[in-house]
Amino acid sequence: MAIEILMPALSPTMEEGSLTKWLVKEGDPIQSGDILAEIETDKATMEIESVDDGIMGKLLVDAGSENVAVNTVIAVLLEDGDDADALPTATAPAHQPEPSKPDVADEPATTSETLISPPAFEPVVQMDVPAGTKMVETTIRDALRDAMAEEMRRDEDVFLIGEEVAQYQGAYKVSREMLEEFGSRRVIDTPITEHGFAGLAVGAAFTGLRPVVEFMTFNFAMQAIDHIINSAAKTRYMSGGQMACPIVFRGPNGAASRVGAQHSQDYAPWYGHVPGLKVVAPYDAADAKGLLKSAIRDPNPVVFLEHELMYGETFDVPDVEDWLVPIGQALVRREGTDATITAHSRMVGFSLQAAEILSQEGISVEVIDLRTIRPLDEETILASVRKTNRLVTAEESWGRMGIGAEIAAMVTEGAFDYLDAPPKRVHQVETPLAYAANLESLSMPNPERIAQAVREVCYV
Amino acid sequence: MSGSSPKSKKISKKKKNVSNYDSTELLHYYREMLQIRRFEEKAGQLYGMGLIAGFCHLYIGQEAVVVGMQAAIEDGDQVITGYRDHGHMLTLGMEPRGVMAELTGREGGYSKGKGGSMHMFSTEKNFFGGHGIVGAQVSLGTGLAFANSYRGNDRVSLAYFGDGAANQGQVYESFNMAKLWDLPVIYVIENNHYAMGTAIVRSSSETHLHKRGASFGIPGVEVDGMDVLAVKEAGEMAVAHARAGKGPMILEMKTYRYRGHSMSDPAKYRTREEVNSVRAQSDPIEQLKQTIFEAGFADEAALKEIDKEIKAIVNDAADFAKDSPEPDPSELYTDVLA
Ligand SMILES: Cc1ncc(C[n+]2csc(CCOP(=O)(O)OP(=O)(O)O)c2C)c(N)n1
Ligand SMILES: [Mg+2]
Repeated sequence: MAIEILMPALSPTMEEGSLTKWLVKEGDPIQSGDILAEIETDKATMEIESVDDGIMGKLLVDAGSENVAVNTVIAVLLEDGDDADALPTATAPAHQPEPSKPDVADEPATTSETLISPPAFEPVVQMDVPAGTKMVETTIRDALRDAMAEEMRRDEDVFLIGEEVAQYQGAYKVSREMLEEFGSRRVIDTPITEHGFAGLAVGAAFTGLRPVVEFMTFNFAMQAIDHIINSAAKTRYMSGGQMACPIVFRGPNGAASRVGAQHSQDYAPWYGHVPGLKVVAPYDAADAKGLLKSAIRDPNPVVFLEHELMYGETFDVPDVEDWLVPIGQALVRREGTDATITAHSRMVGFSLQAAEILSQEGISVEVIDLRTIRPLDEETILASVRKTNRLVTAEESWGRMGIGAEIAAMVTEGAFDYLDAPPKRVHQVETPLAYAANLESLSMPNPERIAQAVREVCYV
Repeated sequence: MSGSSPKSKKISKKKKNVSNYDSTELLHYYREMLQIRRFEEKAGQLYGMGLIAGFCHLYIGQEAVVVGMQAAIEDGDQVITGYRDHGHMLTLGMEPRGVMAELTGREGGYSKGKGGSMHMFSTEKNFFGGHGIVGAQVSLGTGLAFANSYRGNDRVSLAYFGDGAANQGQVYESFNMAKLWDLPVIYVIENNHYAMGTAIVRSSSETHLHKRGASFGIPGVEVDGMDVLAVKEAGEMAVAHARAGKGPMILEMKTYRYRGHSMSDPAKYRTREEVNSVRAQSDPIEQLKQTIFEAGFADEAALKEIDKEIKAIVNDAADFAKDSPEPDPSELYTDVLA
């Protein structure tokens, strides 16, 4: 069979080029590696080599031709036994390779070489809490610890790694008593090498282990953000679904108290921006526990944002076996009719306080706890705004490009006709966080500021 | 270094030969170290009173390191460190009032109250911070040296960091560039044996941190960081090396912090006896005091006098820091962009 030689694309953007010079004649014997022609693109002059052996049968494009489209047949090479007379003489039309279509009737390809089959995953559904269920007062700190410990008992592949997590029991004492129970094989103190141990944990997750990576605070995860985004979030996609990265990155996020600009930042919008990640930011202890357990079971990388100022707060946790809360579902924490507030993490408490203040003024506020930042529960938010017709968002991060900006855009797209006022965003002021007590409190949202925003969207 | 393999040696002056020193010099070091100690004790006190908040890392025990190194550099040389930075600032001659008022978050602080304990700077004194992210100052300090090399001046920079910080990747990226370009930087590792609650043997495969430059061709020296004179001599050697265009050097200062990592550290990872024994055997201030007595440079009464003067300075700084007003609310929006 004669071999068609096509005009090659020499860069990802090249669509056509000039064939400046032929370096062979018809009838020349050709060996693979011989240079056949010179081609000029807008960027450079390049040579084309033959990849086959044979006799040059026909040169179909004249030397000096410009605007030769990529994939045009420019010459035909004869193999042994080919007849030169049967060859076409005119320039062949552009030759497009057939896209290969998946054949739906085929059995799914099963290959024993598949690296890792994604771990079996049963989606978590919201559990009912039957009436009469015992409630246990639990701090968020202990709820998180219980979640990790339960999952580690259940699954040998789960382990905890980070700075000071083992002997010191966690910088914020979240991993209290875990070293005793699980030993140093599964509760692992690292050197201060966030980039290194995050990468190591992602590598372990590629093999199917389920690391829980504690960052002492998310401020220090900045050292490791390359692995969180480039290695963890993108690998499933880049491997065409072949690889999984079941990992949890967790730790305190947001402003603590008077620790200055480098230690005070809410990363929810940073990670919320990234496809391939799930991002969770619980408010109370039941959610902290149920969502962390779900995160550990999730086959995807999950960024789990805790709040240092909430660790010691106590809430009821249902005393049921295997308490799970699904990722991706917001929760209406308080029902109301006049305005909707969306919030996550510590701001949920502030929003509930704001709602209380406002109820005394006769304004009925619905408070939505986002719980998951990515994927965002659009339905719950839109349903609420369709009812209340007004939206205020509250968050600790900066406003520009923030969670509130995203929700406001989503609501304007999805419920524009229902809005009676432009949405309002409450957030940290657009400066690094100051150390001074007065400047710090001027910077951060508080219940009164959230209440004021609601009054403004209600025009009172 | 001219291709020779990096040397590592030990500088310690347990047997003190003070014939090279006069009384003015030794009393100066005494005063400087004591000022840091008293200042830090006062800061601890103010923290306990709720006047200082957030993270506050005290330098008590490590005073000989900065005081000795300061004696080895000249005006115009630069200094950068992490969050345990109060001692560095005082030794560079920054005002105790301004430092203390930053700790209380007041207008009179070096950063107008906006930085806090971990984030203070003085362009006047060539102090480049005050950084809260462990390891960051190593790359930044290498950059200070790069700028000196670029400008062709003969300034050197000191980049101080801890034994824990020595495990950060950017430290080694910096080492490589520093030697590749022979940058005039001295890496002063303050090895106080702990990174928060992690003893160095639990975090480091090679605990002799002065050897960490070996694969880059950076010479390293282990120094008794509790002996201000040993520090000064090692510092002078390293500074001469860097200033002569021979590139970086690593000084591993073996030292110890007496207090917890920060004010909120219960310090359960080591025994009280361990702390007490270091204090009793190698306290930098006590050691120098003995040397001063033995050389006959001062008597107990003269040192008491110094102590009194320092107490007055520190009390004045504390009063200033309490009385200085909070920054004006309008300061919230200043200094974000030029
Ligand atoms: C990148 C980063 N990770 C973690 C921390 C939290 N942290 C602050 S200080 C510290 C220990 C550092 O120890 P070392 O370098 O030995 O210095 P020392 O405190 O002993 O002076 C840690 C883990 C941080 N500030 N930055
Ligand atoms: Mg240390």
